[in-house]
Amino acid sequence: MRIGVLVKQVPATENVKIDEKTGVMMRSGAESELNPLDMYAVEEAVRIKERLGGEVVVLSMGPPSAEYAVRDALSMGCDRGFLISDRLFAGSDTLATARILSAAILKLGGFDMIFAGERATDGETGQVGPGVAARLGVSLITYVRKISDVDNFRVVAERAVEEGTEIVEAALPALITVVKEINEPRVPDLAGKIGSMFAQIPVLSGKDISINKEKVGLKGSPTRVAKVFYPKLTRNGRIIDGKDPEKAVAELIRFLKEKSIL
Amino acid sequence: MGNFGGVWILAEQRNGKIRGVSYELLSWGRDIADKLQAPLVAVVLGSGLKKDAESFIFRGADEVIAVDEPPLAFDAPDAHSAVLEFLVRKHKPEVFIALATTYSRTVMPMLAVKLETGLTADCTSLDVEGGTRLLIQTRPAIGGNVMATIKTPFTKPQMATVRPGARKPPKEDKTRIGKIVFEKVPESLLKSSVKLVGFVKDETSEIPLQEADVVVAGGKGMKNAKSFEMLFEIAELLNGAVGASRQAVDMGWISYAHQIGLSGKTVNPKLYIAAGISGAVQHIAGMSSSRYIVAINKDPDANIFKVADFGITGDLFEILPLLIKALKEEGKKNERI
Ligand SMILES: Cc1cc2nc3c(=O)[nH]c(=O)nc-3n(C[C@H](O)[C@H](O)[C@H](O)COP(=O)(O)OP(=O)(O)OC[C@H]3O[C@@H](n4cnc5c(N)ncnc54)[C@H](O)[C@@H]3O)c2cc1C
Ligand SMILES: Nc1ncnc2c1ncn2[C@@H]1O[C@H](COP(=O)(O)O)[C@@H](O)[C@H]1O
Repeated sequence: MRIGVLVKQVPATENVKIDEKTGVMMRSGAESELNPLDMYAVEEAVRIKERLGGEVVVLSMGPPSAEYAVRDALSMGCDRGFLISDRLFAGSDTLATARILSAAILKLGGFDMIFAGERATDGETGQVGPGVAARLGVSLITYVRKISDVDNFRVVAERAVEEGTEIVEAALPALITVVKEINEPRVPDLAGKIGSMFAQIPVLSGKDISINKEKVGLKGSPTRVAKVFYPKLTRNGRIIDGKDPEKAVAELIRFLKEKSIL
Repeated sequence: MGNFGGVWILAEQRNGKIRGVSYELLSWGRDIADKLQAPLVAVVLGSGLKKDAESFIFRGADEVIAVDEPPLAFDAPDAHSAVLEFLVRKHKPEVFIALATTYSRTVMPMLAVKLETGLTADCTSLDVEGGTRLLIQTRPAIGGNVMATIKTPFTKPQMATVRPGARKPPKEDKTRIGKIVFEKVPESLLKSSVKLVGFVKDETSEIPLQEADVVVAGGKGMKNAKSFEMLFEIAELLNGAVGASRQAVDMGWISYAHQIGLSGKTVNPKLYIAAGISGAVQHIAGMSSSRYIVAINKDPDANIFKVADFGITGDLFEILPLLIKALKEEGKKNERI
């Protein structure tokens, strides 16, 4: 089984604090990390390889620093990693990213299964996985909470939808996007950590993956960010003391009526 | 770029039934269509749609395009996106919006890639720029810490998904009339490499969390699984759903399906009640766009009070039982009226 995993480097959000006066984001500590959900994608890929044999190849598109996201994935048991990086890729939106990742996947000879996170914590679009599947023309299963069965030809998976769980079967090759429920990612052992530190991570440029430079980066992206602003989070609501709980609840009921909820 | 025109919304069905949230899109779509002076078209794919097609007209659509084929009963993403691609290439809408649900967040990105156009995820507001007719798409990013306004200036259709729960569906007006077209599409588009083999309904939540008008959420302060029963009772009384913080989920008091926040679900209800939740940024990320936020926490410095419209500093084990009692009394009063 040849398995690919798509991982993204994101700002380390637990370190993001908002300056209350200016509303500006203040970052402290490590600047970036492997997208948390992608660890679940890596874990599932490695588990399947451990069961069925084969190899897991991890890919990340991003600036040179995204190499660390690849190393993190390698430390969890992926066999090889590639960084897809080129100055021309800067400013890619989800369409351009899907084109780049698909071109790299094809260049590497394709995979039987490709794993991605359901969404990344920075853009939170969740559009890259389905986009890659569409581009490659492979089966797609999103929001996967469990892989029930997999062999060399097909995969059966549970996907979490609004009203419950769908059980679906897809022919391979397939791209799977995972949610947190799917597994408990392993903590890399020392050997894995050291191995990943010394691993060679080839960099694939736009030329290497033979992509049209008009179709990548800002130039190749149909969407444009026109403005970024910081929302006011503070609401200055009414806070009352609950020492007298009866009275507090009566006030709450009044509030709910005022807002025509009751 | 040729004559693109019309505002489309993508309605959803599951198990042969139109999903109620789809009607919210008609509120979003009607505003945009009026600003663009363009027709509003509801598009729906599925099986057995005849009986429901009119409901979109009653709620504000000028036209319905339905593709009614048994293989489309299941939301197979390849078949659904192929059929939508066919329809878009044929009719060339200027704007195409859908909900940020599991269905549309799967199908729309595939469609956007096939059409090589832009798609803006999970918008909280949409507007039209006068003159250019461009769609102004506003969405939160980085856990709601930042808002971005996005345009799709060069390609059409301009596509976006919007948060469910943000708008109310328009009222039904059975006198409205409009065109209903059942389109035929090439058979080859209906083929899928993904098939449904089973469905397990979630029995704990009658109303999907992301679509509920009221969300009653609990955190680590709830102390145990048993006390979540209070939240389920309140949710039932208010016709809502139950949510939780990651701590509560990690403790195993409630399943991950209920987790709200950065690594869980994003909700947008009219009322959000947070009981025993400290209000970590990652939690706020999933609920800060709620219309009204009520917080109950014994720590007066808890961050959740900063985003609360109404807060009670106190012990939830005293307050929640009284709230249940009060809500029951309110319910009785309403019965008498
Ligand atoms: C990458 C990442 C992603 C994350 N994603 C999410 C996410 O999606 N969702 C999420 O929620 N968190 C998420 N977190 C975790 C988040 O940082 C917090 O740890 C979590 O939200 C805290 O949950 P809590 O408020 O229930 O618990 P705590 O922070 O422990 O707060 C419990 C609160 O209950 C109050 N309390 C205790 N007893 C009582 C009582 N008797 N009456 C009233 N109040 C009481 C306490 O004063 C306290 O404020 C994420 C973290 C990371 C790093
Ligand atoms: N630049 C990238 N390189 C590799 N994988 C990516 C990249 N961007 C997104 N992905 C994958 O797509 C998923 C969804 O990301 P997003 O669409 O950005 O929310 C991530 O969890 C990754 O698995």
